[in-house]
Amino acid sequence: MLSAIFVALILHLIGGACGLAGEKFALRVVYLLSAAASGLAALAALAFLLGDGTPIEAVLPIGLPWLPAHFRLDALSTAFLFILNLVAALVSVFAHGYGTHDFEPKRILPLYPVFLAAMNLVLLADDAYSFLVSWEFMSLSSWLLVLANHRDKQTSHAAAVYLIMASFGAVALLLAFGILAGIGGDYSFAAIRHATPGMLPASLVVALVLLGAGSKAGLVPLHAWLPLAHPAAPSHVSALMSGVMTKVAIYALIRVLFDLVGSPIWWWGGIILLLGALSALLGVLYAVMQSDLKTLLAYSTVENVGIITIGIGLALAFKASGLTTLAGLSLLAALLHVFNHALFKSLLFLGAGAVLVATGQRDIERLGGLIHRMPVTAATFLVGAAAISALPPLNGFASEWLVFQAILNGTVLPQWLLKFALPVVGLMLALAAALAAVCFVRAYGIVFLGRPRRPEAAVAEEVPAVMRAPLAVLAALCVVFGILPGALIGLLLPVMRQLLGPNAVPFSHSTGLWLVPLRAEQSSYSGLIVFLMIAGLVGLLVWVIHRFASARVRRAPAWDCGFPDPRPQTQYTGSSFAQPIRRVFGTTAFRARETLDMPAPGETRPAHFAINLRDLVWEGFYQPFIRLVAWATEQIDTLQFLTIRRYLTLTFASLVLLLTIVAVWQ
Amino acid sequence: MAFIAQILHMALVLALAPLLTGLVRKTKARLLGRRGASLVQPYRDLARLLRKDAVVADNASWLFRTTPYLVFAAIWLAASLVPSFTTDLLLSPTADLIALVALLGSARFFTALAGLDIGTSFGGIGASREMMIASLAEPAMLMVTFTVSLLIGSTSLVAISEHVLLHDLGLRVSLGMGLVALVMVAVAENGRVPIDNPATHLELTMVHEAMVLEYSGRHLALIEAGAMLKLLLYVSLIGCIFVPWGMDVAGHPAGFPQGLASYLGKLATAGILLGLFETSIAKMRVFRVSEFLGGALLLGLLAVILLYVSRGL
Repeated sequence: MLSAIFVALILHLIGGACGLAGEKFALRVVYLLSAAASGLAALAALAFLLGDGTPIEAVLPIGLPWLPAHFRLDALSTAFLFILNLVAALVSVFAHGYGTHDFEPKRILPLYPVFLAAMNLVLLADDAYSFLVSWEFMSLSSWLLVLANHRDKQTSHAAAVYLIMASFGAVALLLAFGILAGIGGDYSFAAIRHATPGMLPASLVVALVLLGAGSKAGLVPLHAWLPLAHPAAPSHVSALMSGVMTKVAIYALIRVLFDLVGSPIWWWGGIILLLGALSALLGVLYAVMQSDLKTLLAYSTVENVGIITIGIGLALAFKASGLTTLAGLSLLAALLHVFNHALFKSLLFLGAGAVLVATGQRDIERLGGLIHRMPVTAATFLVGAAAISALPPLNGFASEWLVFQAILNGTVLPQWLLKFALPVVGLMLALAAALAAVCFVRAYGIVFLGRPRRPEAAVAEEVPAVMRAPLAVLAALCVVFGILPGALIGLLLPVMRQLLGPNAVPFSHSTGLWLVPLRAEQSSYSGLIVFLMIAGLVGLLVWVIHRFASARVRRAPAWDCGFPDPRPQTQYTGSSFAQPIRRVFGTTAFRARETLDMPAPGETRPAHFAINLRDLVWEGFYQPFIRLVAWATEQIDTLQFLTIRRYLTLTFASLVLLLTIVAVWQ
Repeated sequence: MAFIAQILHMALVLALAPLLTGLVRKTKARLLGRRGASLVQPYRDLARLLRKDAVVADNASWLFRTTPYLVFAAIWLAASLVPSFTTDLLLSPTADLIALVALLGSARFFTALAGLDIGTSFGGIGASREMMIASLAEPAMLMVTFTVSLLIGSTSLVAISEHVLLHDLGLRVSLGMGLVALVMVAVAENGRVPIDNPATHLELTMVHEAMVLEYSGRHLALIEAGAMLKLLLYVSLIGCIFVPWGMDVAGHPAGFPQGLASYLGKLATAGILLGLFETSIAKMRVFRVSEFLGGALLLGLLAVILLYVSRGL
C-alpha cells in the first residue's frame, strides 16, 4: 500500500513537470493527473485502514548520502492520508474546470501537484529531517500558490505575512525536533519515541510545537496570516489550504503530543483546551463580521480548528490522568471533526469559487438571488452551510456533539483548575456553534437568497458539470457521514488503539443505529433516525396537506406589509444582518463603534455612516512584537558597518563562547 | 408497547399544542378584562389557513416552499422525543438534550433562511434578530444541560426523568437556578413577552412574526402550528426535567391514565402561568434581550460552579 502511495507521488511529480509544458496542454492534463493520483492514494489509505493495521515502513536513499529518508504508514498517518487524498481528488476534478478561469494558470499548474505531494510526504515522514523538508515544501509551494494573483496589492501583503509566519513556524518546529532528538541527534521518529525527555524539555517541545503547528493550523493568536492568505489563493487552492493543509498541521500536533513526546502532563491539555476555545469563539466572531465570502470562510476555519483543538487538549488531559476511554472519546471527536471539516470547508470554498466564476464577485454585498441562477451550487452550498452550522442530521453536528459529550464527561478529571475551566470552555464552544449558525444564515441568505444586488449576480450562469459534480459528491459525503458516523468511527478506532493503548475504545456500546459514546443511559444519538424521521414526516405532511387541504399555489408580488419596494438596495444587507451581533458581542470583542454623520436639514451633502472595528489581537499581540523586532534590528544594524578586524574578533569571541558552553555541558 | 406509546405521544402533542396556545391567549384576555376567543380558536384558525390557497411571492425559491414542511417536521420530531405521560418511548435514544436543542436549531436555521428568501426588509430584520437571540439562548440552554448532566450524570431525557423520579435529589440551589435559566430560555425561544410579542401588529417590533411575514395559506398554518408545538415542547421539557411526578416509568398501559392526567395538569398550569407572566411584564427593547439572556447564561454557569462547591472542593 505504501508503494501505491509512492506511485501516486510519482504521478504528482509527472503532473508538476507537465505543468511546465504549454498552457493548453497543461490545463488539460495536470489536474486530471492530480485527481487520479489522489484517488489512488485515497484508495490505498482506505485499504490500509480496513486491514489489520500493521505499520509499513520504508527507507529510501533520498537526501544526504548518510541520512536516508524514513517513511512509515501507520493508523494515524493513514487516517490523515485518506481524508487528504479524498478531498484532493475531488478538488482536482473541480480545478479541471476552474483552472481555465485563473488569471495566469502557468503560475499555478506546476506548483499544484508539488503542493499535494508535499502534504502527502509530511504525513508519510518517519524522521524529523524528511518531515521538516516536506513541511517546508508544503509551506513554500502554498506560498507561491497564494502569490498566483500577484498583481493585486492585498495578495502581496498576504503572501508577505504568510511567508514570515511560515518561516517562524518552521523554526519553532526545527527547535522542537532538535530538543526531541537530544544530544545524540538521532532524528528518526522511532528513536525519538523511545527516548523519555524530562519535564522541562518536554514542556518546551509542546510550546514550540504549538507555535509551529499551531500557526499553520490557525490557532488564535497565531491565526493572523490565515484569513489573509487562504482567500488570496485561487479557490481550489483555498479549499486545499483551509480544508486539508490545516489538517496536516493538526496531524503534526497529534503526532508530537500523543506519539513522540512521551507521557503528557495535565496542564498541557489545559492550555491547549483554552487556546482551542479562544480560537473557536474569536474565529467565528470575526467570520460574522466579514463581507468577503472567502475571508469569511477562512475565519470560520479558525473556528473549526479551535473545535478540533479543544478535543485534542481534552484528550491530552484525560490521558495524563489515566482516563484512556475518555481520552479516546475526545480524540475521536477531534479526528471526526478533522474529517468533517475537511469535507464541508472544501465544499464551501469550491462553492465560493463557483460563485466567483459565475459573477466575478467575492463581496457578498454585491450578490444575491443566486439560488435561481445556480441551482446546483446553491443546493450544495446549503448542505455545506447547514453542516458547518452543526445542524442534525449532518456530519458537523455528529462531531460537535461528541466534543460536547467529552466536555460533559470532563468533570471526572481530578484537577480543580480543569474542572472549573471546562464549563467555561463548554460555554465558549456553545457560543461558537450558535454564532456559526448566524454566520452561515447570513452568508447563504445574502449570497444565494433575496434579489440580485448587482447586474453581475442577475446574469450569473451555472458552472459546468465538471465543477458541479465534485460539489455534489462532497455534499453527499456530508450527508452520508452525518447519518452514519459509525462508519467513520470504525475506521478511526485503530488510531485510538495506536495512540492510547488497547483499552481506549469508547463506543463499545454503539450498535449500527445508535451512536453511544459511553453508556446507553447516559447519552445517545442517531443521525440515521433523525434523517429518516424528518424525511418520513415531511412526506406524510406533504401528502396529507395536498390531499385533504389545499395544493394550489398562487404567485403574486411580495407582500412586505403592503409597501414592497422594487429596488434591490432596500433588502437587508450582510452588514445590517450582522448589526445585532456587532452590538451584542462586537462592542467588547472589537471595540466596535458606529459613527453617523447626518447633515442638518437643508444641507445638500450626503449622510455618512461608518463602522469602526479594531482587531485587538493584532494591536495587542502583533504590533508590540513588530515594534520589538524593529527595535532589535536597529540595534543589530550597527554590526553591518564594522571593519574586517572587528568582524574577525567577533567571530573568534562567539567561537570561544560556544566551545565553552559545550565544555560546560559535558 | 414502546412503539404504541410513541405513536400515542406523537398524536397527543400534535393534538394538544393548539389547545395550550388557546389557553395562554384565553388567560391573557381574561386578565386584560376581555372575554377572549374560545379555547379551540387556534384549531379553527389552522383549519381555515390550511384550506386557503398559498400565495407565494413571485421571486420565492424552492427553499421558501419546502421550509414550512421541514421546520414543522423537525419540531414535531423534537417534540416526540420529550417524554410526556410515559418515559417508555421507542425513539427516545435518537437524541439527547443537546441533540434536541440542535434539532430546534435546524428548524430556526431554515426559518431564518426563508425570511431572507424574498428579499424584503422585514424578513431580513426578523431573521437577523431571531438569530441574535438564538446565539445567546442556545449557550444558556447548554449551561442548563451541563448542570443537569453534572447532577444526574446523563443528558438523555428519559434517564433524567427516571432519575429525578426514583432518587430523592432534595432541594438543590443549582437545580433551582437551572430551572430559572431554562424558563428564561423558553420565553426567548418561543418569542414570548418580554423578548418578542406573538400578538404584535407593529412590524418594527416583530421578531419571529416579521421573519414569517411572507407566508400564507397552508405554509403559514404549518409555521404557526410549529410555533405552538414548540411552546408545548418547552413546557414538556421543563416538566420532564424538573417536575416529572406522575409520569409512567414502568412502560405499562396501567400507568398511562395517571401519566396523562398529570401531564394535562402540568400543561394547564404552565399555560396559565405563562399568561399571568406575559400580562404582568412589558416587552423590552431588542438590545436589552442580550442582558436578559446573558443573565440566563451566567445563571447556568453559576449553577455548575455552585454544584462543584456544594460537593466539596
